[in-house]
Amino acid sequence: MSRNVPLLEQDENKDLLRLVTAGSVDDGKSTLIGRLLFESKGIYEDQLDAVRSASGRKGSTQEGLDLALVTDGLKAEREQGITIDVAYRYFSTPRRKFIIADTPGHEQYTRNMATGASTASLAIVLIDAKNGVLTQSRRHAFISALLGIPHVVVTVNKMDLVDYSEAVFNEIVDEFRDFSAKLDLHDMTFIPISALVGDNVVERSERMSWYQGSTLLGYLETVHIASDRNLIDLRLPVQYVSRPDSEFRGYMGTPASGVVRPGDEVVALPSGKTSRIAKVLGPDGEVPQGFPPMPLTVTLEDEIDISRGDTLAHPNNVPRVDRNIEAMMVWMAEERLVAGKQYLVKHATKLTPGVFAGVRYRLDVNTLRRQQADTLELNEIGRCALELARPIAFDTYRRNRTTGSFIVIDRANHNTVAAGMIVGREPSDQVVDEQRRTTTARSELLSGQESRIEPDERSRRLGHESATIWLTGLTGSGKTSIAYALERRLFDEGVLSQVLDGENARLSFSMDLGFSADDRAENNRRAAEVARLFNEAGLVTICAFLSPFEEERRRAREIVGSDRFFEVYLSAPLAVCRERASEGLYERAETGEIRNFPGISSPYEVPIHPELDLPSHELDIDECVDRIVALLHQRFPSPP
Amino acid sequence: MKSYNLSHLQQLEAESIHIIREVVAECENPVMLYSVGKDSSVMVRLAQKAFAPGKIPFPLLHVDTTFKFREMIAFRDRFTKEIGAHLIVRQNDEALARIGGYDHWSCSQCADMLKTQALVAALKEGGYDAAFGGARRDEEKSRAKERIFSFRDKFMQWDPKNQRPELWSIYNTSHAPGDSFRVFPLSNWTELDVWHYIYAEKIPIPDLYLAKERQVIRRDGMLMLAGELNHPREGEQVETVVCRFRTLGCQKCTGAVESTADTLEDVIEETMLARKSEREHRAVDQDRDGSMEEKKKEGYF
Repeated sequence: MSRNVPLLEQDENKDLLRLVTAGSVDDGKSTLIGRLLFESKGIYEDQLDAVRSASGRKGSTQEGLDLALVTDGLKAEREQGITIDVAYRYFSTPRRKFIIADTPGHEQYTRNMATGASTASLAIVLIDAKNGVLTQSRRHAFISALLGIPHVVVTVNKMDLVDYSEAVFNEIVDEFRDFSAKLDLHDMTFIPISALVGDNVVERSERMSWYQGSTLLGYLETVHIASDRNLIDLRLPVQYVSRPDSEFRGYMGTPASGVVRPGDEVVALPSGKTSRIAKVLGPDGEVPQGFPPMPLTVTLEDEIDISRGDTLAHPNNVPRVDRNIEAMMVWMAEERLVAGKQYLVKHATKLTPGVFAGVRYRLDVNTLRRQQADTLELNEIGRCALELARPIAFDTYRRNRTTGSFIVIDRANHNTVAAGMIVGREPSDQVVDEQRRTTTARSELLSGQESRIEPDERSRRLGHESATIWLTGLTGSGKTSIAYALERRLFDEGVLSQVLDGENARLSFSMDLGFSADDRAENNRRAAEVARLFNEAGLVTICAFLSPFEEERRRAREIVGSDRFFEVYLSAPLAVCRERASEGLYERAETGEIRNFPGISSPYEVPIHPELDLPSHELDIDECVDRIVALLHQRFPSPP
Repeated sequence: MKSYNLSHLQQLEAESIHIIREVVAECENPVMLYSVGKDSSVMVRLAQKAFAPGKIPFPLLHVDTTFKFREMIAFRDRFTKEIGAHLIVRQNDEALARIGGYDHWSCSQCADMLKTQALVAALKEGGYDAAFGGARRDEEKSRAKERIFSFRDKFMQWDPKNQRPELWSIYNTSHAPGDSFRVFPLSNWTELDVWHYIYAEKIPIPDLYLAKERQVIRRDGMLMLAGELNHPREGEQVETVVCRFRTLGCQKCTGAVESTADTLEDVIEETMLARKSEREHRAVDQDRDGSMEEKKKEGYF
């Protein structure tokens, strides 16, 4: 073997980061990408030669090499001097291979950036230090959040033109943070750079000693991306059924999320038939476990009828299966959305006809305001209800970027006209759904039973809005005590409320249930349905349920409606809960006398985005109640 | 949790297999274009993996200009037989008869009639609605914006301004009868990735890619292989040079590079430190600025 084997081995172990860059021509985006490619030695010398001669032809004002020309692709664009489409660029360092989706920042920005962002784990948003945070920077942040990009790095470029001023940088950081507080962005990093001169791109700048963070490339090489994947919920959309001979029947597909192992019990959706996994095959044969994005072939112990478009999941953790979905749509075609017209919807591996039942609202990307709309046009974003010809197995996009996304295809010209991201249902949806059903034959049976009282009539009568406060936390974290204290406080303030706790549920509407995973989930579902009924009656429901899984809390949120659902996490640590809990519960769990005890013998998944995180070990009960009441006042400022 | 991580090569492999399976699941009559080159070899290996333990469920199509290296043809026949693939070979006999032998052809004529026209005719003849190609986005500037699923109308033309948006890993394969797709499963691979994969997977490739002493003629700044189709013209001499080919095509437009890289490891090291991009040694791209884009519009890969 030759001397370069270590080099090869190092290279074989590097991982892959897909990123999207957003910014306009003037922000120096092409220059930045050119520099990354250039400095990482990704530009071959002859491509550079070609750039040098093209620079001469265009009479580029800049001396020497115009890095931007490296990245501008098609001839038509070179003539116009703009980039009009998503272009993909590649570079590599010894740690990582990078795929850049380079998207133009001007017209068509929404369509293009959404395309580039859909596969990205990271977004670079460029801001010109001279101009500060512009409307388009806000759009880029918004689209990054909409498309669920886990990491956003804001590079404040052209620092050389503002004398490398720390004050200018800080001002931009503050303004950007302020704006993005309203967005679903969780990991933001700010780096002051000059792409043109090279400050803080690859080499640390000597002119910004006030900046202590990493350089852009340093950050790109080290940002932790492995945990961006969802390894919890098994979702295996069946892509192709392989029957090479009568002996072998394999179901091929790439898992959208989760881990699958031989021996796992699986359910095929939407049929609901179950079987066990016999073998899991990866690209190189049998493997002990399959996970995303490994392309798999699985065989089952029983011959059950499964075809392309079905989804395999674990029976205790299943996606929703429905024909009616709610989604944020990005419209991508010249022809506008037509409600009621039949389109094709492609979701994971399933293709089904579908119609837009309605447009709930259009979102102004610049102000984030919701506007009344009955259609969406090119580059517009809005929330829509869809009704599909066949049910699909889905999760919300927030939970799962693969089972939560779909495209819409025009049946006549076959073009991709829109991209959709599935969201949870809101209470107002029910009203619209019911209005819609009154026009169908089926609802004639139900029309006599519709309430003649509008929701806002109830809230006017009671003097307050309805809501569900969902308290989750370990045994001993204070759920029940806080729930009853909150109920008293609200009642004293004139707010009608009702507690539902695990114990009274078990003694009433869930008497028939045990403690298996399925029964726990069912108990939880019933509690959420009851909470919703109370809400519809106008009451505030206070639910005290351990609810250890993100999935069950998400379902509760979906049932109740995310507009009026408040997830409150009582974050007292295990040691404190253990001390506080009565009856030696934890001790009995440790000896195995009580099984499946969250925190001891089964997991408790810490809420990812609760509305409120209450350190109930540091606050007393009254303080906890104060904070919850403050949250409610903030959401419902003044009684109607 | 190292066990849940895939290397960049495994991730690229995963994406490509997903794409290949999607085409077979959704298209009626796919075909894989097989050029005998290293990218084709990788693509064929991915197709084998995608459908194991079954066989590749579509034919391989080689469009032969008849001006390829002899070693390529021998390799092609041996390799496809070994893996049990269904190989289809097509050439433009009409044009060859009309214009004549090797010396009567220019590179651009050959690319137009013997490659593009022959390919379009073969695709029509087979009634294929999807054709896999081994092109990568890093090869040439105009390819950076090409989709993985590249839509062609019934004249097999590509319209760079009218491409379908491609989001997530959801591919729109919907099309009217007569329309078709070119599908590029290696879109996100670089030349280096291809070499790495060949090395890691021990994929057979023609020896032309490795350096050895070869008889060549220096012509228009390129090293042309002597003895098969190229013969010294007046003032030219046949030299013995240690060289290899970075890309394989027709003998007329594919030059060798001087190199001592006679093992895969050395080739990879050379690629990592490469100073010249691979297409430079193909005359077809150098005709004029934007030439590849023009060719693609006409149906060339």
